[in-house]
Amino acid sequence: MSRWHRVHLVLTYAFLYLPILVLMILSFNKAGLPTAWGGFSVEWYGKLFANPKIQQAAFNSGVVALVSTVIATALGTLLALGVERSRPSAAREALLFTPMIIPDIVLAIALLSFFRLLKFSLGLHSIIMAHVVFNIAFVTAVVRARLKGFDWALTEVSRDLGAGPVATFWHITLPLILPSVIAAALLAFTLSVDEFIIAYFTAGAGQSSTTLPMQIYSMIRFGVTPEINAMATIIMGVAFVALFAAQRLNKGQVPGM
Amino acid sequence: MRISSLVRGIAAAAMLAVSATAALADKIVVSNWDGYMPKDIAEKFKAATGIDLEVSVHATNEEIMGKVTASGGEGYDVLFVSSPFAEALNKMGLLAPVDPTKIPNLKNLYPEATQLKHDPGNAFSVPYTWGTTGLCYRSDVVKEAPDSWADLLTPAEDVKGKTTMLATDRWLMAPAFLLAGKSVNSTDQADLDAARDQLVATKKTLLAYDDTTFYSKLVSGEASLVEAWDGWCNYGIAEKPEIKYVIPKEGSDLWVDTMVITKAAKNPEGAAKFIDFIMSADNGKWMVENIMYKSPNKAAMEAIDPAMLTQYPNMAIAPADLLKFEQLRDLGDGMKAFSKTVSEIMAAK
Amino acid sequence: MTEADRKSYLLMAPGLLWLVCLMVVPCLLIFGLMFFERGTYGGIDWSIVTFENVARAFDPLYATILWDSLRIASLATIMALLIGYPAAYAISKAPEKAQTALLFLAILPFWTNYLIRTYAWIVLLNPAGLVNTALASVGLGPWPLLYNEFAVVLGLTYNYTPFVILAIFAALQRLDPSYAEASRDLGATAMTTFWRITLPLTAPGVAAGAVFVFVLSIGNFITPDLLGGGKLQMAGNLIYDQFLTARDWPFGATLSAILIGVMLVLLFIQALFSRRALGEQS
Repeated sequence: MSRWHRVHLVLTYAFLYLPILVLMILSFNKAGLPTAWGGFSVEWYGKLFANPKIQQAAFNSGVVALVSTVIATALGTLLALGVERSRPSAAREALLFTPMIIPDIVLAIALLSFFRLLKFSLGLHSIIMAHVVFNIAFVTAVVRARLKGFDWALTEVSRDLGAGPVATFWHITLPLILPSVIAAALLAFTLSVDEFIIAYFTAGAGQSSTTLPMQIYSMIRFGVTPEINAMATIIMGVAFVALFAAQRLNKGQVPGM
Repeated sequence: MRISSLVRGIAAAAMLAVSATAALADKIVVSNWDGYMPKDIAEKFKAATGIDLEVSVHATNEEIMGKVTASGGEGYDVLFVSSPFAEALNKMGLLAPVDPTKIPNLKNLYPEATQLKHDPGNAFSVPYTWGTTGLCYRSDVVKEAPDSWADLLTPAEDVKGKTTMLATDRWLMAPAFLLAGKSVNSTDQADLDAARDQLVATKKTLLAYDDTTFYSKLVSGEASLVEAWDGWCNYGIAEKPEIKYVIPKEGSDLWVDTMVITKAAKNPEGAAKFIDFIMSADNGKWMVENIMYKSPNKAAMEAIDPAMLTQYPNMAIAPADLLKFEQLRDLGDGMKAFSKTVSEIMAAK
Repeated sequence: MTEADRKSYLLMAPGLLWLVCLMVVPCLLIFGLMFFERGTYGGIDWSIVTFENVARAFDPLYATILWDSLRIASLATIMALLIGYPAAYAISKAPEKAQTALLFLAILPFWTNYLIRTYAWIVLLNPAGLVNTALASVGLGPWPLLYNEFAVVLGLTYNYTPFVILAIFAALQRLDPSYAEASRDLGATAMTTFWRITLPLTAPGVAAGAVFVFVLSIGNFITPDLLGGGKLQMAGNLIYDQFLTARDWPFGATLSAILIGVMLVLLFIQALFSRRALGEQS
């Protein structure tokens, strides 16, 4: 990394974290107002720990995001491998673009009507099924960006040396494309964890399938309190500690990404 | 976190989910905005009736309405929605009739609250809260206290750029209708066009359209005069006593939030018991004191600390005076022309 | 069908099947509504088949809204690429062990809720906010940073830059450092190397990232509502309002179909350009 790279990275992260810093400061806002400061207080952390609804909603969001990311990353990666090895098809390209551009509300109402038609029960599982739809498209797009001009000769060599298709995938293809798969999974998780409309429509009735965004948006009418900022602050804190710990553990080992 | 405790957590959550689906015995599901009922409502209701109460949340009338339309209301027993939405849901055949014999606490309602235009006699909806839409302002900042919708729509120099209007379509249009002396439910093309011209001109003087943080903007000083629902203005007053509320001389609308029972309700008996429970003086009192909305529940209004009425003068408006204002009604086929007008205002530069 | 074709279809089958069952089929149900009328109270009037919705959609009003959102989405896309590309490039130059951590760091802020992130921007940008206070301390401002198009573009750029970073980072993995070395050995300047080697090789990532920002911006409605002060509408707002506020599903479906059509055309044009860029490089 040159000095310029470093400067640009620092500025970019400053841009990305500036609002987060504000959001964290607001978690100590004594006033229950979303955008006006009313003095210092830690009461919202106490309220958060005493609020099982928000905790459950956060847990539900984690489950939805994690499971839909795993499924979408697997299917999307395979899809990308298949697409890049076969002849181009305009219909298939359209099918792969549409989940990204279809307005959320259309997919939301379409899926709810469809599930009702099939008398399919709703819950966290139906949210997951819905989130996989758009996440597949995003994962496929990221992995395909890596696979353009991929040297398939490598996999052929492996096959010639007697490795089966599965072994070739695990030992040759996957290691080569792994960074892009990780990037795709991060993207999918981020989209899912913060998605509201589709989740709201495909969720079952009741607290057991309420996700964090659904909980937060339902608070708007009577004020989103700094409790949510406290929640975000804790999530960020835990993530930072985990990241730091992972980096420390990784030290000295073979760089495995 | 250790893996073992994570696994234990997931197992516990899974068990919770299983037991939740297993306990179908006597249970109701209510959809409401978060924070609109006492936090311990489920425990209290269970103690009083033995029925499990599960609370689902929605963010807007529009969203719960869309969900109920697409799903037929399956899974929900009771919904909290504003009156035009209750009216539309009923017209679409998605609501069950209210049986007054099963809700004895209906006697707590003001007589006026049984004569609401959207549902005279409470045939399919029970009012939960009601109030007005008016001007909320910083009396320490504005040069002259506002008393007309014109003060918002053609603002004086000192408040120009420091006003907000509600963003929800019906309340976005209402001030223009009221100022012109028209019905807030007009879908007459000439009225719509006149309102559009007024609101497009007003748009240039606005800080923002804002449904959700206008009281916060008043407190921080970002705005000094906003169109507001009375209850929300009270949140501003609670933080800053210099904030005042006024119903413009041209009038207001009467908004009503209601409880309705879905036709698809699995437990209509339990649903009626729940509404009866909510209509008790105690729960009504909690709502008034914590949400700071007026209640159509006479017993509740009589139970609150009278000091509230002086601190928040809009709480003291008499039910008979509220009924002088027109309620927003479902627009039926007029909605197409209405929503196009709103799009025109939104698209205007 | 050749053996290779069959294999690639096997790879694609689960994903395509998922999309067909859970997107194509349900959405066809909704798009079928285009040819019916809204019922008096919402819902659908099944009694007549009509093209009235399509005719209504060709009102110049909706073209204006679509044009405005395309313009704003383009601005956000350009901004996000200008910030995201060099960032992704710098991350790919970091020691391999640090790369995953840096990617995580870039995406982490977006695991918080969109709404409270947006509230934080209001605190930063309002006339008496932190940014204007900082500007005032050096004798500038106050600038109108909030409730206008600038704020919307900024909000969209902010929220979608990390997606650009992820997409371009993924594409940079196909860049063999030996290409750049060879180019420099042959006497090319760093600038030439970048324009002739690096940028064309990462074009697929740039294209993917640009598509992400563009389509997510078009569909967004929280940013225009809160940072734009509700004074401008993206196509996402318009369609959301038709479905939920006006409860006019047939018209909402019509507008959505048009939006999807326009976007597909734009995306195919884009794909054509990036294929040409790729063709030149190989």
